[in-house]
Amino acid sequence: MTVIGIPFIWLLLFLVFPFAIVFKISFAEMAIARPPFTELFAYAEEKLSVMLNVGNYLFLFKDKLYLSAYLSSLKMAAGATFLALLVGYPLAYGIARAHPGIRNLLLLGIVLPYWTSFLLRIYAWIGILKTNGLINNLLLKLGIIDTPLHMLHTDFAVYVGIVYAYLPFMVLPLYTNLVKLDESYLEAAADLGAKPWKTFLFVTLPLSKGGIIAGSMLVFIPAVGEFVIPALLGGPDTLMIGKVLWEEFFNNRDWPVASAVAIAMLLLLIIPMMWFHKHQTQEMVES
Amino acid sequence: MHIINFDRAGGRSPAMGAPYESTRNNARIRGGRGFRAKKFDAITAVDNVDLNIKKGEVFALLGASGCGKTTLLRLLAGFEIPTDGQIVIDGEDMQSIQPYNRPVNMMFQSYALFPHMNVSKNIAFGLKQDRVPRAKIKQRVDELLELVHMKELFNRFPHQLSGGQRQRVALARSLAKSPKLLLLDEPMAALDKKLREQMQLEVVNIIESVGVTCVMVTHDQEEAMTMATRIGVMHDGKLLQTGTPHKVYEYPNCRRTAEFIGTVNTFSGTVIENSADHVIIDAPELNREIYVDHGISGSVGTDIWVAVRPEKMTIDTTPPSGEYNHARGVVEEIAYVGGLSIYHVKTQSGMIIRVTLANVDRLAEGRITWDDEVYLSWQPGAAVVLTW
Repeated sequence: MTVIGIPFIWLLLFLVFPFAIVFKISFAEMAIARPPFTELFAYAEEKLSVMLNVGNYLFLFKDKLYLSAYLSSLKMAAGATFLALLVGYPLAYGIARAHPGIRNLLLLGIVLPYWTSFLLRIYAWIGILKTNGLINNLLLKLGIIDTPLHMLHTDFAVYVGIVYAYLPFMVLPLYTNLVKLDESYLEAAADLGAKPWKTFLFVTLPLSKGGIIAGSMLVFIPAVGEFVIPALLGGPDTLMIGKVLWEEFFNNRDWPVASAVAIAMLLLLIIPMMWFHKHQTQEMVES
Repeated sequence: MHIINFDRAGGRSPAMGAPYESTRNNARIRGGRGFRAKKFDAITAVDNVDLNIKKGEVFALLGASGCGKTTLLRLLAGFEIPTDGQIVIDGEDMQSIQPYNRPVNMMFQSYALFPHMNVSKNIAFGLKQDRVPRAKIKQRVDELLELVHMKELFNRFPHQLSGGQRQRVALARSLAKSPKLLLLDEPMAALDKKLREQMQLEVVNIIESVGVTCVMVTHDQEEAMTMATRIGVMHDGKLLQTGTPHKVYEYPNCRRTAEFIGTVNTFSGTVIENSADHVIIDAPELNREIYVDHGISGSVGTDIWVAVRPEKMTIDTTPPSGEYNHARGVVEEIAYVGGLSIYHVKTQSGMIIRVTLANVDRLAEGRITWDDEVYLSWQPGAAVVLTW
């Protein structure tokens, strides 16, 4: 019982309670108070009145900002996930095909940078991407460009940041999948006349589907709600729901609307998560 | 140079009508001194093997694990590159030819059926690589499904099939492109004993009906003898002997072959008389001399071994007549295996001699039993003299 109970207590403490609090706030009204929202329940003169304000949710539809922030977040997260897959797949494949003795060393190379502060590493990218940063200085010195490229505070920088920050989440599931790939499948394909690239396309890639989906979900889901990267590397036009959420909470101090944004984001992310879960159980049943 | 005419050749044979200088050889492996797989830098996995595979035969490479038989098979498939020597298939030197361009198909030990493709797609995979038109692929796949009796299960995925069914699909897949050479890597290893015996005959029937030249690898001598028309016994990367199952069993050329194929009693001895029609050998383990009814190349005084198969000995409680070819001992152990009983007889010198006796009668009464004193004897023609 206790063994099963512990994860449930964990879920209750760190998921259900905070969610319930946020859910509650999303139905409140903004108030100049501490905390800055009204109570839902009021008891006066032997009457219990419940004030549910659905205006916050309606507001999300009224103001175009939120919908476009959602869509833009999904788009950027999807794009970054695809880029992370493009970068991560060859990495994972290379490590999985490396000599068993150095595989762990290579994996360590992927994970090691993540032992330093996340914030620090994102700040480092500012130094790399800015107008008189590493890349621009190098390109100017080499004479490839005459005027510095504007890279920092653009969507491009956000893509770079997300791909960089979430790359291990793509590489590790892909690696665990690819390292298990039985070499005799590849030999069988070659034996039957498939050139290496066809073997990759028709055997390796379909067989690593599970790793691709797992890695993509692990990058996509946190990337949708990403706040720090668009805040530090993104420009004023960079529209992401995490940034909107932050501004709602701390600049506008509109906790109820911010909570409604958070709840809506969660609902939006449940769909891919459910699909991922379904796929995983299906895969487990098959094997 | 040999170019072989193929009446039923795969897609990569020379165009029909070209002049051929025809021989009966299909695959030829010529080993230099360091004929070895690249993968094992320090170890010579296959050493100085010189082998001709004849067209249409089923050739079994037989040996214990680690003897280099699988490496030899992988050399033929192109998964390993020889450091020295030459592999010629149908007159074509395979040295620089990639696995995907070789007219060779392999049935893998694990079958290696693609788990994300159904039976039909697995069988069609090789044909698709050759850009065979879709209608032709379908026709060929149907043909093969028929051949391996898997017509109803064309839609199943590998994980929905039993071991025997998987093997049929694997066989069909490796036959789909009509290879010039079919390779079978431990074909029965993944099956249980009962199914194995059934599939051995079935696979051979299919291979013979198609007429494909086949090289198989196995560590199971019964399997090799059942399936193959010719056997090559390997040890330590070297080919010890090649020949028909009968020849390899009855006329082994060395002790290793004799001991690996079946069971054998080996007596060491010294030649004391050697003439054209017989040899007499002094065998200290028997306290008696051995008479063999043919001459050998060794001279008097050379140390040799004499091998006698257990089923070629007779066991009796009365002493045999004649002064050669018998031994006295006590029954130590009897293994009753149904059709046969295997007697372990301990001689005075302490050597254990194995004798098999067919259980013709159902009654066990009157049979020789434990601790009986017995006499073993054999005919002069039953023994094989081995010089190494």
